[in-house]
Amino acid sequence: MDDDRSGVAGRPRSSEGIWREEFSVDSAEDAYVQRRQFTKFLVLTSLGMACGNGWIWLRSLAAKNGPAYPELVVGRASELADGQVRMFSYPGPEDPCILFRRANGELAAFSQKCTHLSCAVYYAAGRDRLECPCHEGFFSPEDGRVLQGPPPRPLPRIRLSRRGDQIVAVAVEDKVEP
Amino acid sequence: MNPLERRRRQGAIGAAMSCVIVLLIVQMWLLTATLESYLAGHHGVAAPAFAVSLAVFLLCGALYALVMRLDRSRSSSHAPRSTSGPWTIGQQ
Repeated sequence: MDDDRSGVAGRPRSSEGIWREEFSVDSAEDAYVQRRQFTKFLVLTSLGMACGNGWIWLRSLAAKNGPAYPELVVGRASELADGQVRMFSYPGPEDPCILFRRANGELAAFSQKCTHLSCAVYYAAGRDRLECPCHEGFFSPEDGRVLQGPPPRPLPRIRLSRRGDQIVAVAVEDKVEP
Repeated sequence: MNPLERRRRQGAIGAAMSCVIVLLIVQMWLLTATLESYLAGHHGVAAPAFAVSLAVFLLCGALYALVMRLDRSRSSSHAPRSTSGPWTIGQQ
C-alpha cells in the first residue's frame, strides 16, 4: 500500500512505470544512448570478426595434417593429342578439373574453377594458356599463375603421375609461392 | 545533468566510438587478408592473425567497458533522477 504511494508528488508508482517504460530515456540523452548502443553493436561485430579469424585458424590446423588425396586414373596418355583436353573431377565429384596436353607434349592438369568467381576455365591451345571467359582472366599452363585479369590467386594444380600409359591424379597443389 | 557534463559524456562516447570504428576497419582488413592468404595455401598466418584479431576485440571490449564504467560512476555519484513524468496516466 505504501509502495503504491511512494512515487513523486504522491503519484502511484504503477502509473509512473507505464510512461517510464515507454519513454525510458530523456530526450536530451538520446544521442548519447544511441551512440552507446551503436558502440555496443560495433563491439559485437568485432567479436564476430575475431570468431571468423578463429575459424580460419582452426581450418588451417586441420589442413596442417594434410588431406589424404585419393589416387584417380584420369585417362591414357596415348589418347591425348597435342592441344586436346579431358575433363575429370578430383578429389571429389564437385571439383571439376581439366587435363590437357600442351604443344610441347607436356601433360598438365588444373582445377577448372577460376579463382575469381569460379567460372569454368578452358585451355586455349593456340595461345597456350588457360582462359576464363567470364572476365578474361588468363592463367599460365606451367604453374597456374595469373597472367592477366582479376583472379586473385593462381589455379590449383593437380599433381599427376604416370603409371605406364595411365595418367593418375595424386594430389592437389594449392599452395602457391608468391 | 548539466549541459557541460552532457557534452563531456558525449565527447567520451564519441571518442570511444571512433576508436572502435578504426579498430574494426583494421580487423576487417585483417580478416580478408587472412582469408585470402589461407585460400592461397599459406596457413602459417592464421594463428598470429587470430591472436591479433582477438587482441583487437578485447581492446574494443575494454573501450566499451570503460564507457559503461564512466556511465555507472556518473549515475551513482548523482542523485537519482526524478521519476515523475510530464503527465500521468489514469490520474486527474
